[in-house]
Amino acid sequence: MRSDFFLLICITAGAVLYAAAAALGNDYVFFAGYVVLQYVVLSTAWNILGGYCGYVNFGSAAFFALGAYSTVAMHKLHPLPIPILVLVGGVVSGVVGLGMGYLTLRLRGAFFAIATLALAVVLQTLVVNWDYVGGSRGAYIVRPETLAPFGPYIRYLFTIMLMLAAGAVTVARLIERSRLGFGFATIRDDELAAEASGVPTLRLKLVATMISGALMGMAGAPFPYYIGFLQPSSAFGLDYAVNSIAMPLIGGTTSWVGPLIGAVLLGSLQQIATVTISSAVNLLIVGCLLVAFVIIAPNGIVGLVRQYIQNKPEDFVGRRKVEADAPEHAP
Amino acid sequence: MSQLLEIERLGKRFGGFVALEDISLSVAAGERVGLIGPNGSGKSTLVNCICGTLRNEAGSVRFDGHRLDGSTAHQRTHRGLARTFQLPRPFASLCLLDNMRIPLLYTVAARGGGRSAPDIEARCFEVLREVGLEDKARRLPRELTQVEMRKLELARAMAAEPKLLIADESMAGLTHSEVEDIVALLKRLNEHGVTIILIEHIMRAVMSFSQRLIVLVSGRKIADGLPDQVVRDPDVERAYLGQ
Amino acid sequence: MIFSFDLLVNAVVSGILIGGFYAAVTAGVSLSFGVLDIVNIAHPAFIILGSYTAYLVNATLGVDPILTSIVLAPAFYALGAAIYQIYYVSFEKRGQESLRGLAFFFGLLFITEVSLVLYFGVDYRYVEASYIGPTWHFGFIDVPLRIVVPFLVSLLLIATLQLVLTRSFVGRAIMAVAQDQLALRLLAVDPIRIKRIAFGISIATASLAGAFLIIIQPVEPSVGREYIGRVFAICVLGGMGSLPGTAIAAMLVGIVESLTATFYGPSWAPAVSFGFLLLTLAVRPAGLLGR
Repeated sequence: MRSDFFLLICITAGAVLYAAAAALGNDYVFFAGYVVLQYVVLSTAWNILGGYCGYVNFGSAAFFALGAYSTVAMHKLHPLPIPILVLVGGVVSGVVGLGMGYLTLRLRGAFFAIATLALAVVLQTLVVNWDYVGGSRGAYIVRPETLAPFGPYIRYLFTIMLMLAAGAVTVARLIERSRLGFGFATIRDDELAAEASGVPTLRLKLVATMISGALMGMAGAPFPYYIGFLQPSSAFGLDYAVNSIAMPLIGGTTSWVGPLIGAVLLGSLQQIATVTISSAVNLLIVGCLLVAFVIIAPNGIVGLVRQYIQNKPEDFVGRRKVEADAPEHAP
Repeated sequence: MSQLLEIERLGKRFGGFVALEDISLSVAAGERVGLIGPNGSGKSTLVNCICGTLRNEAGSVRFDGHRLDGSTAHQRTHRGLARTFQLPRPFASLCLLDNMRIPLLYTVAARGGGRSAPDIEARCFEVLREVGLEDKARRLPRELTQVEMRKLELARAMAAEPKLLIADESMAGLTHSEVEDIVALLKRLNEHGVTIILIEHIMRAVMSFSQRLIVLVSGRKIADGLPDQVVRDPDVERAYLGQ
Repeated sequence: MIFSFDLLVNAVVSGILIGGFYAAVTAGVSLSFGVLDIVNIAHPAFIILGSYTAYLVNATLGVDPILTSIVLAPAFYALGAAIYQIYYVSFEKRGQESLRGLAFFFGLLFITEVSLVLYFGVDYRYVEASYIGPTWHFGFIDVPLRIVVPFLVSLLLIATLQLVLTRSFVGRAIMAVAQDQLALRLLAVDPIRIKRIAFGISIATASLAGAFLIIIQPVEPSVGREYIGRVFAICVLGGMGSLPGTAIAAMLVGIVESLTATFYGPSWAPAVSFGFLLLTLAVRPAGLLGR
């Protein structure tokens, strides 16, 4: 199926979703749906670097917050329509992703992962100390009550996030089937062998970091309008970090379907849970599910479904572990 | 004959351990060179330094007239260097066919050999056929035997259409006739213009294949010449064969 | 920025003392990451667990926290050994430690922190001991005892560990397992068992480090997070697995953090160690005393 046709299907599905939500008559559905769609974008973005290339990013919140704070910064300068802000957020996060990648991607994946943690904290500290965007006190974004032809403003935000989700999933699918996707897979499977086969691993990793970071930034850009009052603790929130990792790992990391399933399932569950149980128990459950899936069902829900269909136990397709493994240590 | 590969006073250490010391050798275009030495003598380290997987601290490597120092492994592959790994490193999540696709998409394409998708697929099958793996084209590497994995390694290196192919112990575990098949395959490749460095412990194969033999012991080159002469060299006997 | 010599000296002294404590905190990671190559980002969570166990015993039985942590260290050791076993079977054996292994520890970090929140709440907890409160004065230098005592015991801990690693058979086997598993097998030593012991020791140190932490400052569950970057920064800076290197790097970080907090304000402090980390990774990944 060609990508533009796929995008059309996504948009159509989105339109149906919108109509169904509107039919329910309660705007809360749009508020909750926005968050779920946000997670679709975040998990899909995370998976491009994490699932496809095998590089774990613990700082999804940092890129998300960069998008949110670019919006705040721009808002003070000159109010702009949200789609433009989305692009700005994407560019800022993409550039930061590129910069950080350049600093750390020449090292092992473990160092990259730790560096992403560092980035999140450094950025949060910078933002907390930057009064222009409100610092630790926070920043108010006044949003209009309604916007034609949507009616309540939240429906407009919901639509934007819907478009972003459709776009993210289409991009992920496009990458998967392209030469780039093959390159990413070799980086994940065996970076040394990839280099030896002619794959420019550093360049591809930088591309992945840039795309992943940009998408996360785009997801963050409308956030100040959604929430009205932006504080560093909410933009850099822990739930973004753990969810953008848990959702793809639980859904399945090898294809675009996994993060989508993970985000929809886990996201919806959490939206229901926050109403009934505390957010701490919520996160505890996500953490437990993450650990459980990673141990028991490493291929995620997608893997379990495949197993069920093909009716044979599927071993994880990992690198075969050999004793004297890396050439760096053996003469 | 022009020297395709020139290594001058190459040195590599790991902390206090000297893996390679003062290695100088050259390989002419079209040659068939055998590289032998006891385990731990530095053969694979030498390959890693030539191909860019490791950086040598001393000396230089020239390939096709260009100095390779500073260039990454993938750049060297683009220039025409290809190698197999002593312990096979296939792309585990890709089927055999797709394993072949990678060098074609990234190396051959980078040299300007833009091919259409059906052409690429045909070429992938062709390479697999050379090593006798075409009927397992859609299988995953973990379904292969150790021997088949080594053949896959070789095929993947061949798919990169190299000028110089370094085969690192591609024949371990093969039966007598399988060894002969691989030697014949490599000779065929050589006839098509591919320079080959064969690293092996199977002396029969090395002797029948090589036009020239280089011996590495404890990180130093102790012999370099015609196979029959090298094999009778007393130093070589003492250090490697005699024991 | 008000610069005064008094302030400077106090900041440096304070930095050194805190640095000693940081060394104890990082010792465990030096073992698990530096030597065993396991990225246990959940280590700070185990430290906080150590803080809370010390707090519980102190609040109910009045026992000294450091004593508690030593008594409880075997329990933490067992926990560490169990976690390593799961980690090995699920990830290391399959070659999946880079993605799923990391996610596993991240999950553990979360579960530990959130469980503590659910059980203890988000209020700050503190312990009582005779050395918490008094401050020694050496001229214009003020040295709070609650920092000195952990500093001294930390140094003792590091020295003991270094002795074990370099003199005992198990210790040397641990250092060897990082370099050559095959050689170990040939000596009829099971590398997996050695790694399990090492990881167990790593988590056992968290018990002590946790006690030190709650003596120095009040603790609540999310305090661990600021230590993630610190711990890995110090580990990398210290040369990955070298305990003396870790100690020096820890004091360096302690001093810089202290100077930053004194002259630029405490809100910048978290960025210091993380900034150190990014810088080290970019410029000299082999650390100060590079391997």
